[in-house]
Amino acid sequence: MAVLVIAEHDNASLKEATAKVVAAAKAIGGDVDVLVAGHNAAPAAQAAAKLDGVRKVLHADGQSLAKQLAEALDALVTPLMTGYDAVLFPASTSGKNAAPRIAARLDVMQISGVIGVLGPDLFVRPIYAGNAILTVRATDAKKVLTVQPTAFKAVGGGGEAPVETIAAPAGPFKAAFVAEELSKSDRPELTGAKRVVSGGRALGSEAEFKAVIEPLADRLGAAVGASRAAVDAGYAPNDYQVGQTGKVVAPELYVAVGISGAIQHLAGMKDSKIIVAINKDEEAPIFQIADYGLVADYKTAVPELMAALTKAGV
Amino acid sequence: MKVLVPVKRVLDYNLKVRVKPDQSGVDLSNLKMSMNPFCEIAVEEAVRLKEKGAATEIVAVSIGPDQAQETIRTALAMGADRGILVKADAEMEPLAVAKILEAVVAEEAPGLVILGKQAIDDDSNQTGQMLAALLDWPQATFASQITLDGGKATVVREVDGGLQTVAVELPAVVTTDLRLNEPRYASLPNIMKAKKKPIDLKTPADYGVDAAPRLQVVKVTEPPKRQGGAKVKTVDELVDKLKNEAGVL
Repeated sequence: MAVLVIAEHDNASLKEATAKVVAAAKAIGGDVDVLVAGHNAAPAAQAAAKLDGVRKVLHADGQSLAKQLAEALDALVTPLMTGYDAVLFPASTSGKNAAPRIAARLDVMQISGVIGVLGPDLFVRPIYAGNAILTVRATDAKKVLTVQPTAFKAVGGGGEAPVETIAAPAGPFKAAFVAEELSKSDRPELTGAKRVVSGGRALGSEAEFKAVIEPLADRLGAAVGASRAAVDAGYAPNDYQVGQTGKVVAPELYVAVGISGAIQHLAGMKDSKIIVAINKDEEAPIFQIADYGLVADYKTAVPELMAALTKAGV
Repeated sequence: MKVLVPVKRVLDYNLKVRVKPDQSGVDLSNLKMSMNPFCEIAVEEAVRLKEKGAATEIVAVSIGPDQAQETIRTALAMGADRGILVKADAEMEPLAVAKILEAVVAEEAPGLVILGKQAIDDDSNQTGQMLAALLDWPQATFASQITLDGGKATVVREVDGGLQTVAVELPAVVTTDLRLNEPRYASLPNIMKAKKKPIDLKTPADYGVDAAPRLQVVKVTEPPKRQGGAKVKTVDELVDKLKNEAGVL
């Protein structure tokens, strides 16, 4: 049995999601290898080699892999699968984009968003925005999974796996990277953050979102999230969206400000350890799952909260 | 250029999901079914491409039970020209759906396939990517903007870090994200007109596709209930509880 984990990285660094997907791979059993596919991605490959329980790191480096487009990952990973029984991707936009392409090449029915590994062919995943939990047995000889990183505890460091260089696919491919517009922020990355402060439609404008949510997040050293309604209305960029079709987060502390708590939002944050809800509508569904609900207008409550944090020496 | 838009009939997104007591699945009996919201966005985008003159014909295809004809009619009322129903009563996995769509593409020869990035029932997010692989076409998933220009499509994609723009050679598969457009409501005259538009009836066997499932459902259960609902009266009480009771500050 051998399992291949596709690393989540930005070439310069390895994302913590990788260590969590390695944990899922170890639960399947057998040898676990990690593939770092990128361009000038040696730092990420070195970091992957330190993950506990990794047999070896495969490092493919080339211009064609700089943005990890699905067509290039397909050309790289599909042939590698002759040597593996399973391949695991993080359920990131990159993993979600590439994994099904590779599954179809292998004639395998993929299992998406895995939150539990019960055996080498038995997996747990949420359906209907997490309103039902499906346990499923995969009958295909090879397994292709995307793994919800928040559902697994990251493996530790201290490993010394060898790094083996493999060739990057040459291309050209029928899809080409043109440009990107990435949110620049010194805040922690949303999906891995220990604290998250999210804003909803009640904020009413982009300026208000920035003026209220961001200072509170910075005060708490938190990442910033948003409800779909806030993103749709243009108060926050798309990559802030927490929910069924956005990002899934499970921080120690999740603070929902002016968020009513639509089912599809809850799907993205209900596994947080502690949920705080601030909303002036006491009937808001978010209060049903919040550990600490404060029925109040955010306009007064958030500044008070900032002051109270200072007073409490936080 | 012809545009193919696959659409899926799912439990209406406003309805509460109930797990069957025997844990065999989700109870859909006598509940309102609607077009998957991401598919609506796909239909809308195709109609806009036609309105701009970039598309000449829109074919809506659904794979599902007889009632999926209603979903196709919705697409026709929004502006699709004709429909294909591939009749399948059992639940179809994305891989089987992709194989059927591959065969439909071989017959219809569209220049572009636009479909939703995921269905809100199984949340798989696979069909478009699988179809692109089977066709050996490029893919542009999670689209928030599509621009057609000669033989290529330039697509802005919603990715984890923000937005990414890719250019794909046509023919290609594009999957829709939420911010691509706001789907229209079909007008009454268009709903009436849609009743006269043709829908071809097919089966997976017509396309020679083995749709046997690869996954066995072991059980479907309710998610664990979260213990919530406690309220605090003041901000000071909140901070005190977070610090001393929850220990997260």
